[in-house]
Amino acid sequence: MAPEAPVKTDPPPVAAPRRLARLVRWDVIVTALLIVVFTGGALGTPDFATTDNLSFALDDLCEIALIALPMTLLVVAAEVDLSVASVLGMSSALLGALWDAGWAIETIVPLLIVVGAVAGLVNGLLVTRLGLPSLAVTIGTLTLYRGLAYVVLGTKAVAQFPQNYADLATKTVPGTPIPYPFALFIVLAVITAVVLHATGAGRAIFATGAQEEAAFFAGIRVKRIKLLLFVVSGVVSAFAGVIYTLRYGSARADNGLGMELSVIAAVLLGGVDFDGGRGTLGGVVAGVLLIGLLRNLLMLRDVATEIQSIVTGLLLIVSVLTPRIVAAVRETRRHPRGTVSASS
Amino acid sequence: MLRRPMAAVALVAALALGAAACGGTTKDSAKDSGGGAATSGKKADPNAPLKKNLKLAFLPKQVNNPYETLVDNAGISGAREFSGQAKEVGPSDASASSQISYLNTLIQQQQDAILIAANDPNAVCGPLKQAMSRKIAVVTYDSDAAKECRDVFINQASSEQIGRSEIQVMSELVGGKGKIAILSATANATNQNTWIKFMKDELKKPAYAGLKLVKVAYGDDDDQKSFQQTQGLLRAYPDLKGIIAPTTVGIAAAARYISGSQYKGKVEVSGLGTPNQMRKFVKDGTVHKFELWDPQDLGYLAAYAAASLASGQITGAQGEKFKAGKLGERAIGVDGEVILGPPTVFDKDNIDNYHF
Amino acid sequence: MAATATTTSAADAVPAHGGRRLVDTVLRARELSILGALVVLVVVTAAVNSSFLSEQGIKDIFLNASILALLAVGQTMVVITRNIDLSVGSVVGLVAFASGKFVLGHDRNVLLVLVLGMAIGAACGLVNGVLVSFFRVPALVVTLGTLYVIQGADYYWAHGQQINAADVPGSLLELGNGSVLGIPYLPLITVVVMLAVGYYLRSYPSGREFYAIGSNPDAARLAGLAIRRRVLTAYAGSGLLAGLAGVLWLARFGTVVADAAHGWELRVVAAVVVGGVAIVGGLGTVYGAALGALLLTTIGSVLVVLKVDSFWQDAISGLLLLLAISVDRLLGLRVTRALRRRNVRHGA
Repeated sequence: MAPEAPVKTDPPPVAAPRRLARLVRWDVIVTALLIVVFTGGALGTPDFATTDNLSFALDDLCEIALIALPMTLLVVAAEVDLSVASVLGMSSALLGALWDAGWAIETIVPLLIVVGAVAGLVNGLLVTRLGLPSLAVTIGTLTLYRGLAYVVLGTKAVAQFPQNYADLATKTVPGTPIPYPFALFIVLAVITAVVLHATGAGRAIFATGAQEEAAFFAGIRVKRIKLLLFVVSGVVSAFAGVIYTLRYGSARADNGLGMELSVIAAVLLGGVDFDGGRGTLGGVVAGVLLIGLLRNLLMLRDVATEIQSIVTGLLLIVSVLTPRIVAAVRETRRHPRGTVSASS
Repeated sequence: MLRRPMAAVALVAALALGAAACGGTTKDSAKDSGGGAATSGKKADPNAPLKKNLKLAFLPKQVNNPYETLVDNAGISGAREFSGQAKEVGPSDASASSQISYLNTLIQQQQDAILIAANDPNAVCGPLKQAMSRKIAVVTYDSDAAKECRDVFINQASSEQIGRSEIQVMSELVGGKGKIAILSATANATNQNTWIKFMKDELKKPAYAGLKLVKVAYGDDDDQKSFQQTQGLLRAYPDLKGIIAPTTVGIAAAARYISGSQYKGKVEVSGLGTPNQMRKFVKDGTVHKFELWDPQDLGYLAAYAAASLASGQITGAQGEKFKAGKLGERAIGVDGEVILGPPTVFDKDNIDNYHF
Repeated sequence: MAATATTTSAADAVPAHGGRRLVDTVLRARELSILGALVVLVVVTAAVNSSFLSEQGIKDIFLNASILALLAVGQTMVVITRNIDLSVGSVVGLVAFASGKFVLGHDRNVLLVLVLGMAIGAACGLVNGVLVSFFRVPALVVTLGTLYVIQGADYYWAHGQQINAADVPGSLLELGNGSVLGIPYLPLITVVVMLAVGYYLRSYPSGREFYAIGSNPDAARLAGLAIRRRVLTAYAGSGLLAGLAGVLWLARFGTVVADAAHGWELRVVAAVVVGGVAIVGGLGTVYGAALGALLLTTIGSVLVVLKVDSFWQDAISGLLLLLAISVDRLLGLRVTRALRRRNVRHGA
């Protein structure tokens, strides 16, 4: 079972309120919010719930959604990877440069995946072998990889990619409003959810994030897990770079600039605890969809970009504040004398 | 410990080689399968009245750019003349991908016309083509998209004329001899690259044999970056004689740096700038001449062009004419381009006549 | 794995003066190493292009680095307590624009503008501080949220408007571009601030508590330190300095749109880390952070002068950052080992 609620030491008072209290978990709230936004949008805004608009909205957030998957695993393991957007950019730049030089797409894409793996490996090695904090490391690699993207492609933009592949990145699965890249996301999300919540590996990840030393002494190969997660993050980011390039039809070194913050925002919005050891993938999926659909809805209603930004920021703050307040309230109810809780 | 991941990497590499061996899609092979040009099959009806209550949307490079704001606001008030409703939407960062989201929203909202200043000529092509297939009129202004993705392009002045006149003015200012540099905006902006192309072409003429273009720097239309790029240029080329900045943000930053440094009076600054920003530097002698056009006319003309398209008066073919309110009748030139007019040259004698 | 940070100089539990001196030496060596790197860089570039060290050239380098260094000083206060402030870039943007609107058309007293800017910045900082210290929300999340909110508010307010240098009162522009006795005001202000904050952090007990909190929060709590107050102060300080930086931005550049300092937060963190401030807290000085800012800014200029493609700038900054944290880590391990041996010897 994934650790989700704080360990209860007192005997439960009554069964019903406890089950209700269980629901006041952020990822449940986010899912509820998502449903509210969706129905509100479908009823209130005529152009929102059309196949066209939805397929576009889903297509628009597929890169963020894809990268959010390994990011969730990393954050649960109490690490973070801020270099994802730069790996995306580097991948896009390489795609453009090699395509322009006449290489075949079928050769370029596997190569990019290898490059992504190497990029992730660098992050992982610096964190596990040298024991450096992942925040600092990935800020460094964020700058480094983006710089390499510019070195490779300069300020050029390469276009004219083959139509059949570009279509793969934008067209929908026939009969549904789901674009192919998003369908890929759904498949990967299911796999990730199973791994995280129903396998030993997933439990190991939770344990690593919750209490690394204890996990280590319990025999969990903490370093190997982290290394693997960073590599996966690099691979997914690189592939997302390919999708991004084909979708926009333009390979540029500045593709995806700043996207890492959006991915982290989506993961945090999904209720994953930034200190590690807690969170559900369902929450992250809901968080990703919430941000994407909310943005789409606001744009349809001609709400200025700036307001969208404010809404995202407020949602983020509320998303982390709520569990703390709920926990504090629960704490004071259990210990009415208001003792200081053990750890932050 | 790394054996398993390494094995995976080797497998992927082998697959790649295998795929390549079977022949793959390369740039040249893809060209043959390129899509054909879209033929609209529309017919122009010059006598059709301008439709009322047209919904227009201006999508600038970025909403925080004051120049773009001037253009768009003029277009919005111009639209009111024919009872149209125009609005301005756009990203806060000048990136192509942000424009895509807005384009799709506008398509969903079923606008009658979309007016866009493209950050990247190709990235916006997909959604623009989609818009055109839904009978939405697509007009580009200031910065063009690829020609098959739009109906009409409103160019503020002939690109060739802008490019060549920049060199002519600079040559006059530096006395025909010396090193010059260009401070541009973003490296992919269509308009910038077209102007620079003509500048380089003009430099090939024997009359400018004494001028040498040493560098094209990019300030990304960001004031602080343009400022530092200017510093860098002057430090890398201490004998630089002139800087051409064909961007209102760039020229303001360059002029500001030079007017406060030891290079004032020694290095000429010219390019495209707004009178309000440049006034101080013209008066203190840093800048002697610069050019522009009235951005408000650009927005106004674009609005009328969009309305004419949406009402079926024109289809964007060469030779068609339409009426543009107080700007009179305009004709469409080659490749659907409409030119606003020749650029105005500002200097200390006439700068006080303009207030934008 | 637990942060094997060095025993801080704050918790005076370790009596061995030798241990304290060792830590001090190591830290000073760290700042000296950045200074050394700077000197090498400058000498090499000057050899290639003598105008690099001209009066104008030197003035430009210091002017360019001032604002980043100021932000780095503020960020150091926060990072030392094991937190981070990602909202600084947007605060600078907001204050720059707000100050611009305030002075537009009027000839305001420069000091008034500065105070206004710092007040706005401090208010933003306090919001961050309250959320982090009282509600104990992770700093990265909070400041990411406030980044979005402040940026959105700033862009919304500014929407397409621009403050032109022509409309800014001369006295303010003089602050940004003028000098006194040949030294430009901007770097002077930065140095004064750096010395003040550095002195506070080093010589006042409350200042040294910052280090304690970052080095071992649980121990600090058990020792009864006023954690909330210090973290709040750190954020308020970071915000205040960001506000100051915003006014100075207006003073220096004169032309401001909504997105001044957009995206600078990661640059500031990079400068701070390169300067030897550990991101896990408890270690580093404002002097190092300011030097880090100077180093990163100088690299940009150096590349231009050496006519290297400026594209390499980001790649080189990234490499430097990774190098800096690796070196710091190895140094830290060595110091820990030395201190442990010393403790064993002294029978502590």
